[in-house]
Amino acid sequence: MIHVKFFASVRERVGSAEMQLACPPGGFTVEEVLTMVEGQAGTELHDAHLLASLNQQHVPFTASVKDEDEVAFFPPVTGG
Amino acid sequence: MIVSVQKEDFDASTACAEMARVSGAGALVTFVGTVRDYSDASDILSMEIEHYPGMTEKELERVSMQAAKAYDIFDSLIIHRYGLLQPQDNIVLVAVWSRHRAAAFDACRFLIDVLKTSAPFWKKEITPQGSRWVTDCPGCRAGSREGHSHSVPSAHPDQRLHSS
Repeated sequence: MIHVKFFASVRERVGSAEMQLACPPGGFTVEEVLTMVEGQAGTELHDAHLLASLNQQHVPFTASVKDEDEVAFFPPVTGG
Repeated sequence: MIVSVQKEDFDASTACAEMARVSGAGALVTFVGTVRDYSDASDILSMEIEHYPGMTEKELERVSMQAAKAYDIFDSLIIHRYGLLQPQDNIVLVAVWSRHRAAAFDACRFLIDVLKTSAPFWKKEITPQGSRWVTDCPGCRAGSREGHSHSVPSAHPDQRLHSS
């Protein structure tokens, strides 16, 4: 399984903080995980400002995802 | 190098005093970020800060390591709060110890600037008109030395420039 987490405004749009996705044999890219999430959540999340992390590190949407990885989607950070 | 992500408030002097004595240090520079009581022409009643447990600590440790490599410093401390905060409450403390002041100033600025663009925290403002997520501010991201407006209401003319 791929463990997907959502934060802040993205979590509110998805309506859930977490989601589990079955991982295909060849794995996924982060972009493909997002497309799967949108299908399950029934909402569009793609936008120019959306960020992603893989196993708690910032990554581009082209990054490869394998079974048991943790992927997260969130808006630009606003700490400090 | 210490990082702490916590709900509890902090006292900057106490937190710095609790660090192990840094031998050879001739400078300590601190930055404390606090909750503004205005934003985009609206009062802020309170602020909720959300974060990504686990990744947040890793990112703060990563930027602290970056600062240690990039600047001639002895040690650093970052405390960042999450949860429900009130106007004027402390949000973040960045402290840097070095032999001379220049490195401590530069590293402290580096840490707060990088933290603002990489550490997974998100602020939600609660205003009289409802709540809203704070969006990425180009001025905050750039850390403009001249300051930039957050549409301060006329009642706060002395606070026209955004200080953090």
